[in-house]
Formats: sequence, C-alpha cells, structure tokens
Amino acid sequence: MTVTRAAADTLSVLDRPNSYIGKTVPRPNLDRLLQGRGQYVSDLELPRMVHAVFLRSPYAHARIVAIDADAARRMSGVIAIVTGRELEAVITPWVGVLLHLKGLKSAPQHAIAVDRVCWQGEAVAAVVATSRAAAEDAMEQIAVDYEELEAVTNMRTALDPATPVIHASLGDNLAFERTLDAGDVDHALSESEVVEAEFVFGRHTGVTLEPRAVVADWNAAEARLTIYQGTQAPHMVQNIAALHLGLREAQVRVVCKDVGGSFGIKVHIYADEMATYALSKLLRRPVKFVADRIESFNTDIHARDHRCRGRIGVRPDGTITAFEIDDLTGIGPYSMYPRTSAIEANQVVNLVGGPYVTPNYRARARVVFQNKNVMCQYRAVGHPIACSVTEGLVDLAAAKIGMDPVEIRRRNLIADDGYPCASPSGMKFEQLSHHASLAKLLQMMDYDALRAEQAALRAQNVYRGIGIASFIEVTNPSAAFYGVGGAKISSQDGVAVRLDAQGSVICQTSITEQGQGSESLTAQIVGSVLGVSMDRVRVTLGDTDNTPYGGGTWASRGAGIGGEAALQAAKVLRRNILDVAAAILQSTPAGLDIVDNRIVNADDGVSRIELNELARIVYFRPDTLPPGIQPELMATRHFVPRQYPFAFTNGVQASWLEVDTETGFVTLLKHWVVEDCGTIINPQLVDEQIRGGVVQGLGAALFEKCVYDERGQLTNANMADYLVPMSGEMPDIEIGHVVSPTLESELGAKGAGEAGTAGAAAAVANAVNDALRPFGATITEIPLTPQVILTALGRI
Amino acid sequence: MKAAAFAYARATSVVNALELLAVHGDKAKVLSGGQSLMPAMNLRLLSPEIVVDIGGLAELRGIAMRGGVLVVGALTRHVDLLRSPEIALHAPLLRDAVSHVAHPAIRNRGTIGGSLAHADPASELPACVVALDATIVARGPTGERRIAATKFFKGIFETALSSDELLVAIEVPVTGQGSTFFFQEYARRHGDYAVVGLAALAVVAAGRFSDLRLGFFAVGDRPLLAAAAGKLVNACVNRGLLAEAAAALTNELDPPEDQQATAAMRRHLATVLLRRCVADLLARPELATGVTK
Ligand SMILES: Cc1cc2nc3c(=O)[nH]c(=O)nc-3n(C[C@H](O)[C@H](O)[C@H](O)COP(=O)(O)OP(=O)(O)OC[C@H]3O[C@@H](n4cnc5c(N)ncnc54)[C@H](O)[C@@H]3O)c2cc1C
Repeated sequence: MTVTRAAADTLSVLDRPNSYIGKTVPRPNLDRLLQGRGQYVSDLELPRMVHAVFLRSPYAHARIVAIDADAARRMSGVIAIVTGRELEAVITPWVGVLLHLKGLKSAPQHAIAVDRVCWQGEAVAAVVATSRAAAEDAMEQIAVDYEELEAVTNMRTALDPATPVIHASLGDNLAFERTLDAGDVDHALSESEVVEAEFVFGRHTGVTLEPRAVVADWNAAEARLTIYQGTQAPHMVQNIAALHLGLREAQVRVVCKDVGGSFGIKVHIYADEMATYALSKLLRRPVKFVADRIESFNTDIHARDHRCRGRIGVRPDGTITAFEIDDLTGIGPYSMYPRTSAIEANQVVNLVGGPYVTPNYRARARVVFQNKNVMCQYRAVGHPIACSVTEGLVDLAAAKIGMDPVEIRRRNLIADDGYPCASPSGMKFEQLSHHASLAKLLQMMDYDALRAEQAALRAQNVYRGIGIASFIEVTNPSAAFYGVGGAKISSQDGVAVRLDAQGSVICQTSITEQGQGSESLTAQIVGSVLGVSMDRVRVTLGDTDNTPYGGGTWASRGAGIGGEAALQAAKVLRRNILDVAAAILQSTPAGLDIVDNRIVNADDGVSRIELNELARIVYFRPDTLPPGIQPELMATRHFVPRQYPFAFTNGVQASWLEVDTETGFVTLLKHWVVEDCGTIINPQLVDEQIRGGVVQGLGAALFEKCVYDERGQLTNANMADYLVPMSGEMPDIEIGHVVSPTLESELGAKGAGEAGTAGAAAAVANAVNDALRPFGATITEIPLTPQVILTALGRI
Repeated sequence: MKAAAFAYARATSVVNALELLAVHGDKAKVLSGGQSLMPAMNLRLLSPEIVVDIGGLAELRGIAMRGGVLVVGALTRHVDLLRSPEIALHAPLLRDAVSHVAHPAIRNRGTIGGSLAHADPASELPACVVALDATIVARGPTGERRIAATKFFKGIFETALSSDELLVAIEVPVTGQGSTFFFQEYARRHGDYAVVGLAALAVVAAGRFSDLRLGFFAVGDRPLLAAAAGKLVNACVNRGLLAEAAAALTNELDPPEDQQATAAMRRHLATVLLRRCVADLLARPELATGVTK
C-alpha cells in the first residue's frame, strides 16, 4: 500500500491499540448466511399471505382495448384480479423528474398500465392467489385485447419528425438534453491532430442472484403498512410508498434484512412493487411478489444503452488538447422514479476527460424515450461509458502519434500534487493519485516484460494485447446528487450506539447491507473507536422503525458516510463511558482509556474496571454513583459531506488478453487494478468489492447485452441467452492500493464499490485493439463478441 | 416460472414405463435427468399431462463391453461418462465431449439417453454418436429396434423415436488400432451450448487418413456427418487439399443464424475447426492456421 500523505503525528481514533481498521476481519454476518439463516424476503412467509403475479404485455407498445378475467377469476385459489384502473383508486401515479436536471421531462407512470402499455413486460393486470403456481395458472386464462401501436425502438431515429411521439403530452421523445462547453475546443482542435470514433455500448442489466422481492402487509387495525423488501434505500421506499398511498411516513415501516445482490438494481421504485403495496392495502392482507427470472430481465432496470461520438485533439508531443463528445441514450418509455433516467447521461458529461489536465471540453448528451424496458442507475452509473470513451480516445490518440499508451497518460494525467482542483465540467477533486496509481500498476504487471512477451508471441501468430484505463469515481455523494433536485433521498446517515447492561454494544445504522460488508465495517469502526472487541458489537440495519434516518447503501457511500457517522457516535459514547468511569474510579476521563472491553489507565495500561461492571453499576446501582452524574450510555450522530459534492476517487486498470484472430474469441489472461479509496477499513472487503465490480465490467466488455428486435421484443430474457460472466472465463484480478484519505471526515474513507466496474470494460476494449493492431482493426463497440471481432477483421 | 400441474408416475420397470407411454401417448413425457425437460416445463413451453419418471430403472444403467461393442445404458449420467474407465479406454471421444456439457450440477443428473432423445442440434453427445457410428437401441410396445445414429436425428428436437418408445441404450463400436479422435467446440462460456463444434473420429496410418468421420454440431437442424471428409481420406493432405475440403464443407452447411452467430460466421468457424482438427489428428501444426495478416 502506498500512502500519499504523511501520517499524522498523534494517533487518530483509528490507530488505537487493537484497532480493527485496515484489517481483514471476517464479516460478522458470514455464519448466518452460510448456515442458511439469512432473512431474505423471497423466503418470508406471513399468516394469510397471498401471492401476486403480473400479467405482462407481450407488445412493446399497444392500446389495451379490453381485459377479460372472468374465467381466471373463477379458478381455484384466486383471490383477486386487479387492473390498472382499479388500482388507481389506491395508489397515485408518479413522474420521474429532478429539478436540477433542467428540462428533464417524463410522463405519469402507473403501478399497473392504464389504457396503454409502453414496453414489453409492463404489467397489465395483477393476479393474486393463494400460491404463485395458482396465480400463474389463472394468469394464462386472462384474455387481453390489444391494439398494437408502432413501437419506437431505435434511439437514433427517436427524435426524427417521422417517428411517433410516445407521450403526446410531452411533445417529443426527448427526455433530457445537456450541453457543456469549457475552454476553446475549436481552437484547440484546429491546432492538433484529431481522432474521432463512435463508441457503442450494449444495453445490459444487473442480474441479481435473488430477484426483486417484496412482501407488503397492510394492517388495517393499526392503519400501518409494513413493507419487507430487498432494497438499498429503506427510507426512500418509506417516503414514496407513503406519498402515493396517501399515508404519513409514520404509517409505513420498511424492513430490509438480507438482500441477494443489488448492484443498483434495487435502489429504484418499480411499478410492480408499488402495485404490491397497493394490493395489500386493497385486500387488507399480506401480499408477496417475487420477480421470476424472465420478469427480472424484462423489468429490472437496464443500463448503458449509449452511442457516443468522441473526438480528441493531440499534439505530436502527446499533449491532449481537447475532448469532445456527443452522447445519445435511450431510456425506455419513462424516466425511472425517483432517481430519474437522466443521471447516467449527466454523469457521462461530468466524467469524460476527468483524469486529465485538458481544459478544453465540449459535450452534448441527449436522452430519448423508446418502447423498451426502463433504464436507470446500475453500478458505476455512467462511469463505464465515460471511461471507455475517454480511454478509448486516449489510446487512439497515442496510436495516431505513435506514442506508448502509458506515456501519453503520464504526460496528461493531473499531477498528484495538483490538488485541490476542478475538471472542465466543474467536478471538484480534493486529492487524487493518478500518477502514483499508474506507477504502482506498471510495477505490479511488469509492463515492460509484458510488452516484450507480446512482441515475441506476435512472431508466432499469437495475438495478445495490453489495455490500460485510468478512471475517476464519484463516491460519498452529498445532497448535490438528489436532494437539491427535490427527491426525498437522504444524503446523510445516522448511527446510534449504546452500551448494554453487560458491556456489549448495540449499534443501529441507516446504511444497509447487500453483501458489501456494511455490518462488518460498522462493527469494525465502532469496536475500534470504543475499545470493544467486535464480537461484542451487534449491528442492526434495514428497518425504518429501528434505525436512524438515512440514505442507505448506494453510490459507494456506505463506508464513507455511514462509517463516519458510526465513528462520531462511537466517539461520543466513548466520552460518555469515560466520564462515568472517571466518576466511579475517582479519576479523570483523560487519565483513562478503553481497551479490550475494560477501562484502563491511559498511561500505564493497568486495568481498572471491566465494561460489564461499569454497565452493571450504571443500570442497576446508579444509587452508588456520585451525585449529579447522569450517565448517557447511548449516543447518536449523523454525517453528511458538505464541502465537496462528491468525494472523488481514482485508479487505473489493466487488462492482458489474447484474441484468437481466426475465431474471434477473447481469452482474458490477467487483470490488474490499482485504486485509491482513501482509508481502507477492511482490505479484503475492498478488494472483493473491486473484483466483483471488475467482473461486472468484464461482463459488459465481452458478454452481456439485452438483445431487442426492431419491434421492441427482448429476445434473450433468460440465463441461457443473456450471458453473465462466469468464473471459468474470469482472469485472476490483482489489486493494489494508494491511500489518499478525504479530509472531509475523520475516517477518511471514500467509496470503493464501483471502481472495478468503472474501468474494466475500457481496459479490455483497449487491450483487444492493442492485440488487433497488426491487422489495422479498431473496435469501439462492446460487448466484443466473436461476431464483432471477426467482422472487424474482415473474416466474415 | 412454475410448471403447470401434471401427473407423475414413477416407472417400476421398462415394461411398466412402456405401458404408461402406451396409455398416455403424446400426453406423456419421459423424465430421465430432467435437465432439459424441467426447464421447459417451468417455462411452460411444455405442459405434459403426465410425467413418466424412468430415473429408478437399474436395467437402463451401466456401461459394459459386449462382443466388441460398448453398450451404454440410457440412464448413464454425464458424470458417469466422464469418470468411466471403459469410456476412457474404448470411447474417449465421449469423455472429452462430455466435459463441455454444462456444469457439474447438471452433469450429475443429465443422462446420455435424455440428451440423445432431446436432440438439441447444439448438443455435444448427438454429434459424438454420429461420429462414432453408434447404434441407438429403442424399445417399444412391439419390441426392440436398432437405429443407426446417422438416421436417428430428424430435426430440431426431433428423432426417429415414437412417443410410445423408450431409448434404452447406445451401442458404440469399439475403435481399433490407429484410431484417434478430436473434440473441440467454440462456446461463449465454458459449459454453454456450442456456437459450432466438431466431434471427429479417424484412423491415421503413415500420415494419411484411412478413415475420417467429422461430426459437426450447431451447424444445422441436426448433427452433420460431413461428406467433405471424403476429400481427405486416402490422400496426401496439404494446404491446397484442405482448402478444397473446407470449401466443400462450406457448401454442405446450411447453418442457422442466432444471437451468437450469423450463418456466415458458423461456416467460417466450421472451416477453422476442420483445419485445426486435421492438423491435430495428423500432428501437423502448420496446417492449423489460415491466418493471414
Ligand atoms: C444450464 C444447463 C446447461 C446445459 N448445457 C448443455 C450443453 O452444453 N450441452 C448439452 O448437450 N446439454 C446441455 N444441457 C442439457 C443437459 O445435457 C441435459 O441433461 C440433457 O439434454 C437431457 O438429459 P436429461 O437426462 O436431463 O433428460 P430429460 O430432461 O429428463 O429429458 C429430455 C427429453 O428427452 C426425453 N427423454 C429422456 N430420456 C428418454 C428416454 N430414455 N427415452 C425417450 N425419451 C427420453 C424426455 O421426455 C424429454 O423430452 C444443459 C442443461 C442445463 C440446465
């Protein structure tokens, strides 16, 4: 690990004796999950619970003429069949816009389609029955009369006057447009070599192991709805469910225990989930909906369907003079709620060129409606597009002037001592470490030796390539992300810690756990700051009744924001404990410390009193405490970043691969990542976050694509035809770190959840082009399928 | 994704299974390993009224040599093929091929009889039995009949079996001296169905093929025993002849287009496989590559 800043002279709260910070400790929830005691919503059973399935439109765009459910209604086990019209009385429609994304528009979306369906897979009716199988049997008996309408599927023609407008009230199919012009691009390009390319990205999706799952339980006696849901943001779900069901937030409780993967898929509000809440209210009983795999493919948000024209200017000495992009993306018929479907394109504009000093940057992004499934934020929102475009252009520029891809980066990356600074798009960087990261990467991969190996193998008709991709990552978002746009999505998080009557610690946090290790990092921080061993720290999360209010876990924010709240809460509790201890021991708080579950002398470490003894006195014999002492063995703190809108992180990835130039198949041989997420709380969790992220990026690079036909039919909505990356094809992924803590928090942690995904596809695409250089072929499209590669090579 | 309701019968003997099939006709489906049938039922692509489970029939298991023929019971699982010493000795092509079939969990249940009866044109084992010149043994109400593997596959998911017949065994002629084999497939991920694959059996003597059977799969509606192989038999193979054979192969193929590959790509990959196969079998690596920069 390379630390770019000198350590402080005094020990911080993080460097205390027996600190867990920076150590790989096993996640406290592992045994629970491994012994099958996870609490997944898919497994949840409640008394009187019934199952909802949704009859979904087979057409991408159609008018619903009539729905005949009489036969289905009479089938055994059927409780109710509910159409959009009927459900409208219970739940109001919504419009997915944010005020700060100027001009963003969308149409009202209903929980179940009313009159018209706008994508293949949109729900037309709900069937509620005593079992999922009975509901599916009944569903087959519902006859819907559709009048098929022309489907808008090609985003390139979505804005043509001849193309039908999906929502007449909006006037056109343009959901959002943003332009940016910084510096003097025209002038810069006029004095440079200019390289241009169109980058094409396959639409893909998150494919969580456990599909979206919800149980909604309306308790009429309490006038309260309990929602058990695999979500990343329980308080957001609470707010929205209440808003659209006409309830106060206090009437809605959201419980979210274990979640079988999320990747951003489960940070949104889906129509079928809203319908399930409404069905429970309507039927006054618990209703369960678990998406099956086909529904997941047809309704879980898709992402990354972009075509982006890019231009780069470069001088013979390698100076990059300008970036210019024109990005187009199709988002389906509605902007998703409540985070909107414009964020991805907005991020692309924000991030292109971000690692480099180049001041001249012009961008346009257009977001258009189409009759396909909705698109929205998925792990590393916009980053893979921005990184692939930027890094693809940088490699093209290097090739143009005959410079090594590493050298051109060295000459243009922002200097490590050049911070704080801002990008041409206005992104503020506190402290990044591009050069230290690149240096470390080159050393890890032994770049020169690889280049030599590559040359030697070429002589034997073996074509290997090296691809490098520097990246920046948005983490720890402040209210600038959603709050300023009017969305009730909290950017602050809270943690409450309390000492129980036997000296153990109970900790409630508003961040959530979907496998990242939120429970672990919270326990590590609390244990370290308090001086309590981790096995005595119990973390509760995912329950709006029982945790402080907060955002949850998304946008690489859990550790940086929730972790800091945990640190501050633990500090207060520690102070409170030492105050009591000083009173009991007739010492001073400064003269005492907490180490290994006991109060010790700060100077000589001699043990004075066990925490459980202290707790016994406080809770059961307060009469023995000196007068005037009122112990507070519970403390709550909240945290939100205020100084920087985002805590940017950075890193660099490299891919080493072989292309079989006769078959077009790519074999990934090795992948390296060096990244800088600031303070590392648990190295293994960080590394596995990065590896998992890389694998998703590799999936995008080589395998994953939602294939739609021209009528808007998703033709590969199953695990046989939609290719997720599998272990057999994955290379070893080696990870290194540079550490530049953020000074905005005492913890210093930034996010690490999306770094892997941000740059993996760019590294692979650059490596494939590097391998194909002897053939003069350049490919700027992913996934890089054998078909695409053979076509580029002119073999077919 | 729940199957529609169906009745279930666990056959107690082959005779009993045949009786059940006779009664229910094409409303019944035989269940072996269930690795193709159950997904199709869960997707409601198939809704048989009754499932006849033959999984418990010991008489359909086992691998044995009988008079120069290797008899493989229909219920022999993929994993059994992978581990059987008899297969490794007498039909190693099957062992190599089956390691490309799906993943361990599926290979632990899926059976050779099920795979052949299912007749997916992208499957490995159908092409193998064609290359091996095997015989399929079927039993029906009127007794047993033997069908040459080359005549068994009729189209996508279609075979010479009628709905009241059971596939009971596969007979593989044991290959003699000088016999060698080759198996390779191009699949997007390990365990996926092939984009194009080749199961080949050859007899090589003095650097020439005296026999060459090329069983291509995923190139048409059924496994294809390529006639183009004939050009390479009893001939001195050089680049020119190989190119001729490749051209003949291209003409012979009428491959489908799907999400993985166009017809042109399948033709191209088939010729790559042909060259690599011949280079491998003749141990002449220089024949493998057609790459020109
Ligand atoms: C994820 C996945 C990946 C797979 N990948 C591959 C692959 O790469 N290559 C490949 O070849 N296969 C693959 N398979 C399919 C697998 O090999 C199946 O096991 C095989 O196709 C069918 O064998 P089974 O015993 O499971 O048959 P079943 O599923 O039980 O039956 C299949 C069909 O054959 C009929 N049948 C079965 N046994 C008999 C019999 N004795 N007589 C008459 N009819 C019979 C059934 O009625 C049914 O129609 C895959 C399966 C899965 C789930």
